[in-house]
Amino acid sequence: MIDVKKIRKDFPILFRKVNGQDLVYFDNAATSQTPQQVIDVIVDYYSRLNSNIHRGVHKLSQEATEAYEQARIKIQKHFNAAQAYEIILTAGTTESINLIASGYSTLLGAEDELIISALEHHSNIVPWQMLCEKTGAQLKVIPMTLEGTLDMGAFETLLSSKTKLVFVNHVSNALGTINPIETIISKAHAVGAKVLIDGAQACPHIKPDVQALDVDFYVTSAHKLCGPTGVGMLYGKSELLKALPPYQGGGEMIATVTFEKTTYAELPHKFEAGTPNIAGGIAFGAAIDYMNSVGFDNIANYEAELLHYATTELKKIEGMKIYGESLNKTAVLSFNVAAIHPYDLGSILDQMGIAVRTGHHCAQPIMDFFKIPGTVRASFSFYNTFEEIDRLVEGVRKAVVMLQ
Amino acid sequence: MNTIESIQNEIVEEFSLFEDWMQRYEYMIELGKSLPLIDEKYKTEDHIIKGCQSKVWIHADLEEDQLKFTADSDAIITKGIIALLIRVFSNQHPKDILEANTDFIDKIGLKEHLSPTRANGLVSMIKQIKMYAVAFQTQLN
Repeated sequence: MIDVKKIRKDFPILFRKVNGQDLVYFDNAATSQTPQQVIDVIVDYYSRLNSNIHRGVHKLSQEATEAYEQARIKIQKHFNAAQAYEIILTAGTTESINLIASGYSTLLGAEDELIISALEHHSNIVPWQMLCEKTGAQLKVIPMTLEGTLDMGAFETLLSSKTKLVFVNHVSNALGTINPIETIISKAHAVGAKVLIDGAQACPHIKPDVQALDVDFYVTSAHKLCGPTGVGMLYGKSELLKALPPYQGGGEMIATVTFEKTTYAELPHKFEAGTPNIAGGIAFGAAIDYMNSVGFDNIANYEAELLHYATTELKKIEGMKIYGESLNKTAVLSFNVAAIHPYDLGSILDQMGIAVRTGHHCAQPIMDFFKIPGTVRASFSFYNTFEEIDRLVEGVRKAVVMLQ
Repeated sequence: MNTIESIQNEIVEEFSLFEDWMQRYEYMIELGKSLPLIDEKYKTEDHIIKGCQSKVWIHADLEEDQLKFTADSDAIITKGIIALLIRVFSNQHPKDILEANTDFIDKIGLKEHLSPTRANGLVSMIKQIKMYAVAFQTQLN
């Protein structure tokens, strides 16, 4: 059970006013809000621990290193990775994906094929296009259905012994569809391909078990699950990470340096060149603690109720069209009303203090598929309330009257 | 004749009468509906103004020595913003358009109530209007 009144007290930002009204924050899929418990960890780091990690002999450096590595272990346990060194701390999902794409540019050739899905965010499209340009490998796309789900029959026909890598998001950011990643992983493995799952949109709602999934790479960002921006993770199976070349050269990632030859550090440091976002990494760990204290089962149940209520109420509005009607989806509602431009609707809602996202959500191919300029996207979190959904519905009704 | 400055002052005064931004938005939506629409044949890729999240087309014709603007957008609030600009800059001499300042936009507080992408779009629209003025001014010389 979720005591939403109590939980909301953890999030100071939820009490601010926007355009003179109480904020209704429904842009959680873009970034989640930060609880005081996580803010406190950041403040504490700079107040008490600030120093550089992994190299100082002094006490502060030791304590900061300890806190940073403890965070890595929290992340490892949360995702059930076999080893802490399989968790690479990065600047976020986008950097994690680019790290893998960059590494594979030395391992692929013109005869190889990569598969992505039609539901991807631009960050899980563009790096692979760049990789294909570099290597000559071919990019194939799993098509989507009108319900916003992946055409799994078509996926099977794309798979062959030429397939080397498959990239799919766990949850679509634009539509909220939860993709059948278990099936995708097992079918890709059957032809010898490796799989990267973009978990940025899944991790606020679902607790993935990377070993049970048998996934090769899993990436996410801290700021989607109540952590700070600018930090995220790459999980990779150790033998795969060991086979990849380093991503960036610099301090921290080396074992020995001479002008003749440099040898690289072991995992995870091989991929963590330079001074990392130390406070961010520690706060990432704190965010995971916070999410687990609320409980992912509680989160999933409560958000499902919010989604059901919002869907039912919004559908009562004439001209309402919801995009992404998979039965298996997270608490994201992407919609348009009649021919009203999503940007107009979003602007009016903003005047009412209601924060939604409008536009193509960095997923232009999905908008092209539906032949629309974009959608209004309301994405819910466990700290949202049914009353806030009432305000959204009322706001949309008023805006529609104004705009039609 | 209404000068650019007098029309701008008129708009500033009109906007000061509204009590809140909702009313200003309602007014802009009404303005959007009265926008002098661009001929369909000009709604081409090269007439689209870059930098807007919604699609915006602006066209200018020279009649005698005055510029007449027509435009369209797929978003109604955007149409209202263009309508405001056209009210200021249409039926004016290219030279006057080039010399005009646009601080009425700041005075009515429009920019701060637009999302950053829409504010960028507004800047692009003004730039496009001034570009037309440059082109026709050269023609007049």
